[in-house]
Amino acid sequence: MATATAARGESAPGLLRRLDVGTALSAALFILLFGGWELAVIWGLMPAFVLPSPSDVVVRTVVDLTTATTLSDCVYTLTEILVGFLGALILGVGLGALIALNPLADRVLSPYIVALQTIPKVAVAPILVIWFGFGIESKIVIVALIDFFPILVNAVSGFRSTDPRQILLMKSLEATDWQIFVKVRLPNATPFLMAGIYISMIFSVIGAVVGEFIGSARGLGSLIVQRQASMDVIGVFSILVILTLIGIVLNIAAKMIGRRLAFWSETEGASGI
Amino acid sequence: MVAATIARSIATPARAPFIALDGVAKTYEARFGGQVQAVETVSFEIGHGEFVSIVGPSGCGKTTLLKMIGGLLEPSAGKITYQGLAPGRKKPQLGIVFQDAVLLPWRTVLQNVCLPIEVMRKDRAEGEALARRLIELVGLKGFEDKYPTELSGGMQQRASIARALVSDPAILLMDEPFGALDALTREYMAQELQRIWSSAAKTVLFITHSITEAVFLSDRVVVMTARPSRVAEIIPIDLPRPRDLQMTTSEVFGRQVAHIRSLLSATGEL
Repeated sequence: MATATAARGESAPGLLRRLDVGTALSAALFILLFGGWELAVIWGLMPAFVLPSPSDVVVRTVVDLTTATTLSDCVYTLTEILVGFLGALILGVGLGALIALNPLADRVLSPYIVALQTIPKVAVAPILVIWFGFGIESKIVIVALIDFFPILVNAVSGFRSTDPRQILLMKSLEATDWQIFVKVRLPNATPFLMAGIYISMIFSVIGAVVGEFIGSARGLGSLIVQRQASMDVIGVFSILVILTLIGIVLNIAAKMIGRRLAFWSETEGASGI
Repeated sequence: MVAATIARSIATPARAPFIALDGVAKTYEARFGGQVQAVETVSFEIGHGEFVSIVGPSGCGKTTLLKMIGGLLEPSAGKITYQGLAPGRKKPQLGIVFQDAVLLPWRTVLQNVCLPIEVMRKDRAEGEALARRLIELVGLKGFEDKYPTELSGGMQQRASIARALVSDPAILLMDEPFGALDALTREYMAQELQRIWSSAAKTVLFITHSITEAVFLSDRVVVMTARPSRVAEIIPIDLPRPRDLQMTTSEVFGRQVAHIRSLLSATGEL
């Protein structure tokens, strides 16, 4: 018996060997949960219009992703997410650098930022819809507002974390402030910025959907509201799956960029999930 | 009177003077009011191409002195004059080597060594060629594309020496450059530095805690007192060059080390 196991272990392909106990249990849990769910619906423990089976949801998702109108809603929401995020990134990094490097700006702006940070951003969304209308603009502003603070806070600590000896080195080379910023401060802040970006990426999806809930004729969030109104539960689940996929793709993209830009950082290598 | 004349003759370098310190002092504002005098009236000269070491008790303001000589810090009193500077320059171009290599971790060895070239906006191709030669000079050939974390402490310090040399500085300021290395590597690096110095022909100001290291490397050793620091004595080291480790066991060498040690124990703990 023991020899048989050993022989199998040796002949196992590389992929199988890498699948450790944790991965195996995780997969087992997946099968248990979704299998159980599927069976619960099939056996009629749950009415399908309340809780649709996973297989039905998957089929609907495939249909949605191949339908032009739904796809255009995806693109609409993605645009809100990306444009809002980029706006927050530019504003957050710019203001973060100013606060971290200029003591006067720090003293003047920091109290306001602390105060603004405590406001629940989602609660401001209705006002933003009134101000910026039912079009894409208000959603971009909501996403940018939600994304702004994690990026700003991490940018400030990132720019403040510069090794003073690196600055002294640059000064000994008679570097300009701009050169010090570009060649030392910005790269030093990158691992911190990436930490903020990971959080913001997730927040972006929330911001876009909440914005669309409040007032929008297009986008995945408004589609959820429409389908809910017509009791199309499978349809709502399908959008949920699409939104989750968007979140996962954005997260993986951010992680890949982070690993490229901050490959040298220990925190980058150690960052979980 | 006679003693004064001797002291002066010792304070003047054998080579043409390059940097002259005249009554230089530095006082810091203490954190909770009051003032801390880090350096109290220091005067000496450094010659062109000379290797000068500064030894002194911990916290005696050696680093402060080094920064003032490099023009990174203004003296509170006295003045520092530089001779034979390139036209349009108020202070000499610097190459700094710290106790830790202070390499930028996101840059390869070659990119780190090229940093001064980029900052000074010199010709890239020319600069890179020089950087490659210097990397070879410091014994890092083959490691050009490695990142700092892939190197040992001694290798990192070699890279930082190459970086300090690439801008063709008028003076090399070294602030305990081997302080973070183990004893064996340290001894080896001292020999390497002598080799690099003799082929690069630079003025070097070297701060160290190690008396033997100072005697081994220097043309002259400046011994400082405890804070507020003054110059206790400037000791010319007239051992022939190139020096080897054998020499450290010689009687002349031993006598100079013993002399410096007695000066330091007279002025305070090391």
